[in-house]
Amino acid sequence: MKRILLLAMFLGFTVPGTAADWPQFRGPNGASVSDEKDLPTTWNKTEGHRWKTALPARGVSGPVVVGNTIYLTASSGKKDDRLHVLAYNFKTGELLWHRQFAATGGTNCHPMTCMAAPTPVADETGVYALFATGDLAAFDADGTLRWYRSLVGDYPTITNQVGMASSPILADGKLIVPMDNAGESFLAAIDTKTGTNLWKTDRLREINWVTPVTRSVDGRTPEILFPGRDGLSAYDAATGKRVWQLKGLGGDIPTPTVSNGLVYTPSRGLVAMKIEGGQGTEVWKSAKLSSGMSSPVIYDGIVYAASGAGVVNAADAKTGKSLWEERYGQKDKASASPVAGDGKVYVFAEKGLTTVFKAGRTAEILSTNDIGEEILGTPAVSGGAIIIRTDKTLFCIGK
Amino acid sequence: MRRMFWSLVAASALAGPAAAEKPMVADSLAKIKAVGKEGQGNEAASAAWKTLVKSGGSALLPTLEAFAGANPTAANWLRSAVDAIVQSEEKAGRKLPAEDLKKFIDTKTNDPAARRIAYELFAKLEKETAARMIAAMVDDPSLELRRDAIAVHLKEAKSDAKKLSPLFAAARDKDQVEEIAKALKKTEADITSHFGFVERWYVVGPFDSTKGTGFDKAYAPEAGVDLTATYEGKGGAKASWKAVVAKPDSKGKQYAMVDLNAELAKHKDAVSYAYAVVSLDKDTPVELRAGSTTSIKIFVNGKPVFARDEYHHGHVMDQHVGQTILKAGKNELLLKICQNNQTEQWAQNWAFQLRICDATGGAVPFKLLSPEAK
Repeated sequence: MKRILLLAMFLGFTVPGTAADWPQFRGPNGASVSDEKDLPTTWNKTEGHRWKTALPARGVSGPVVVGNTIYLTASSGKKDDRLHVLAYNFKTGELLWHRQFAATGGTNCHPMTCMAAPTPVADETGVYALFATGDLAAFDADGTLRWYRSLVGDYPTITNQVGMASSPILADGKLIVPMDNAGESFLAAIDTKTGTNLWKTDRLREINWVTPVTRSVDGRTPEILFPGRDGLSAYDAATGKRVWQLKGLGGDIPTPTVSNGLVYTPSRGLVAMKIEGGQGTEVWKSAKLSSGMSSPVIYDGIVYAASGAGVVNAADAKTGKSLWEERYGQKDKASASPVAGDGKVYVFAEKGLTTVFKAGRTAEILSTNDIGEEILGTPAVSGGAIIIRTDKTLFCIGK
Repeated sequence: MRRMFWSLVAASALAGPAAAEKPMVADSLAKIKAVGKEGQGNEAASAAWKTLVKSGGSALLPTLEAFAGANPTAANWLRSAVDAIVQSEEKAGRKLPAEDLKKFIDTKTNDPAARRIAYELFAKLEKETAARMIAAMVDDPSLELRRDAIAVHLKEAKSDAKKLSPLFAAARDKDQVEEIAKALKKTEADITSHFGFVERWYVVGPFDSTKGTGFDKAYAPEAGVDLTATYEGKGGAKASWKAVVAKPDSKGKQYAMVDLNAELAKHKDAVSYAYAVVSLDKDTPVELRAGSTTSIKIFVNGKPVFARDEYHHGHVMDQHVGQTILKAGKNELLLKICQNNQTEQWAQNWAFQLRICDATGGAVPFKLLSPEAK
């Protein structure tokens, strides 16, 4: 397997992680779906964990997992200007390494978020960490700094005093960095080895928290799908050229999902589109599937959207027909996106209550699990476990 | 000749590996400090970072020293190298050089961020000495060290005015200033003066900014201020300068605010200017720190020193910082504040505050020369 991975890397293919990996925001290609089996159903503050470890600082980014390593970001300090990149042993929770930077961009933001808001992305070679301050770094898996850049140093008008949160992804062997903000806005492809720009494409100067996703239309070069205030745009991952744009599909927080040939874009609810040759055909849309801060998950033919009002709405992914709705949490809402796997859908309320739904066409709650700490970052699923980062602790939940 | 060769070999052996590594460390630091924009120099810096970290404990102090004069990008390469060096030294069971770290901290001319890092390392080695050291750092150039020092004394001072007064003078962070001011029963005016806010301005407007075009359009005040002039403003209306006095906002959370809704009336798609003249005794490097929830430009003596085109993402004291040198004698400050056309209830404010301070946030003394506002 290792030889195949190395060969693939040598040939320049993207290696987003093995089946067990959760290499980026919302897992493989941002779908929030895992193939893992025997995922946990019950836990609480003290039970149901393989291990837990105290974190040195807060963060609303999610953990990512590649191989036996969990990568995480955090930020601290009176001005939230100390940035942390951390690596933990997946099996034991032992801290493998910890590197720090001083923020070079502004640190003003909404009190709910912080500078460790974008989720890092990792591959077999290491991790790429972006912060809301525009600080961007690549580390080898052993903590060796491969390169570092201050994007605000490079492009000084970058600013979003609400706080940025879009996460970087890997596509076509490149690090793709979304940077929609009130100043110079762009989508850039960065050389993973050197940190230099391969291409940089201008974007509308508007704040936006969406993370791009990819799809392959010809089996080779991925298209990068990136919604913004001016519509859903697709970029050629090889050149950065915008290949099409569908106006009216504006996004600002939740991330789209590519599933079964359709593109599901959160936009005043959820819109399912078939997109061919830059022409979009609306298959269905549903205002009911609005998901506030979190992104909907599509799992086994069903869409699950956790609304900002504390309700999960489920609908048929082909038709958009509503199937059921059920409350999650009490007087709470979700910032973390739901994740799915092993026939279950996990919905994480901000105050720490996770509601586990049985995946299906009727509502069934399998369990509710209170971890007693704030959950804002989307958890990872890997190695039969759910890795939850709270404001204080990293939990590995599983048998 | 042969004797000389063996003497050199012997000298090199006696000096040990650290001496042999010295030029390598210096070369690595130079390569790291050469990183530029958009990843220029990254490849050389990456190799240098590995060499530096491999050098181990002997590279720790030189790396901290190298923060001096490093650009912010290079400083972060160095910051992560310190972490990696310390990790490998700890893993190898080698003690960090406590005495050298202490000397580095005690030298206040060293880079403030590097001194803070050194202090944290030292505190892990010599907890009690570190606690004594921090107590003497209330006026430290490192804001983090200063903050911690003030926090230590605040616990002890309680309501003792004698102990609190020097802490008030030294405090830079708003929360600490307000906490001490409360204990000392300081007035709003005392706090405003402590921070160095400009409290009287002349304002004029509105000028047109339809579709946000006003931010980049230089209206007449940018070519030179004439306080007696009348301009053609937005929609052909006449606009002339008006003297205003800055005051705390209605919630009492911000100091020395000029509320443009109150002074110029509520306008959308609009530009306004604010003007003040200050005098300093000598040429002084300053930070002009402003708060404004809408787009802002700062000009000093006709030259732009700061610009940010961003609307309604919150008002925070010191959120905009322009660095410049104010000359001895008269200096003209001109602010350009823009408003957009958002209709939300929370997007109706346009207001500003500005203070003149040094790099630590301490007020720089100045005289306000512009005529008194009535």
